[in-house]
Amino acid sequence: MVTVTLNGTEHALPDGATVADAVRAVGAPEDGRGVAAAVDGEVVPRGEWALRVLTADERVEVLQAVQGG
Amino acid sequence: MTAFEIAGRSFRSRLVIGTGGFRSLDSMRDAVLASGADMATVALRRVDPAARGSILELLDDCGCFILPNTAGCFTARDAVTTARLAREALETDWVKLEVIGDDKTLLPDASELLEAAEELVSDGFTVLPYTTDDPVLARRLEDVGCAAVMPLGSPIGSGMGIANPYNLRLIVESARVPVILDAGIGTASDAALAMEAGCDAVLLASAVSRAEDPRAMAEAMRKAVEAGYGARKAGRIPRRLYAQASSPEEGVAELSESGSP
Repeated sequence: MVTVTLNGTEHALPDGATVADAVRAVGAPEDGRGVAAAVDGEVVPRGEWALRVLTADERVEVLQAVQGG
Repeated sequence: MTAFEIAGRSFRSRLVIGTGGFRSLDSMRDAVLASGADMATVALRRVDPAARGSILELLDDCGCFILPNTAGCFTARDAVTTARLAREALETDWVKLEVIGDDKTLLPDASELLEAAEELVSDGFTVLPYTTDDPVLARRLEDVGCAAVMPLGSPIGSGMGIANPYNLRLIVESARVPVILDAGIGTASDAALAMEAGCDAVLLASAVSRAEDPRAMAEAMRKAVEAGYGARKAGRIPRRLYAQASSPEEGVAELSESGSP
């Protein structure tokens, strides 16, 4: 298992888990419009979600559009 | 009301609606439609699995162009990253750039704002910065390539209207990009005043979303923006210290001997 900080809370994901797995883990639609992800403050483009393997202690943020402004 | 353009994109309505603060998506839909706005802001936040309904579909149905903001960012770095996340999420390179310097007043941080604006412009973004009512800062933002400037009337959600009409006038006078009054609108007359002062558009959220009847207030705001724009175009009379009779001064009947009481 690999432990990452996912949207502010610690999450254990299987070894080899990718950003796509993290996006699924927070309940966001993987191909959903209006969703974006960053790892340690760097944007990971949607096309790379399934390729970007997570390593221990990385901070993953999965965001979506909400009411605001 | 004639359309206005930002960075080559035309908008029918000069009222831009912020979507924050509505009690429900239904209430938001009614208000957005009543406002006539064709541009609406959204924020980016952590995914909430319990959230129901899609704000993006709703805004699409309302015919709104979606403008993501960087609300909640206190540094240029965070704002730039948030803008890039918004570009990924929404496939737009437009951003309402907010970099806040103080959590009590939510006033913009001028130096961080300018730094973020410059970086985002060079990264290909169409940047609409939420700024103070400082005419010099507005010019600096324009100089680094912002597509519009969006000075506040007064702090976000305060409903205090236009605190410094003089500064707003200076910004409008010298701007070569659209000026959108953003923040501080409390009621319809504030929006009308902003348009009469020569702003190209008004952006508001709380004034509608937190009104007792958001749909009715949205309609009032639409009319206020149209009325203020119309009055500006029509050319108001100058202010005078003394009266100027509107009825003819000649031909007044003499009805009593002295003509005075």
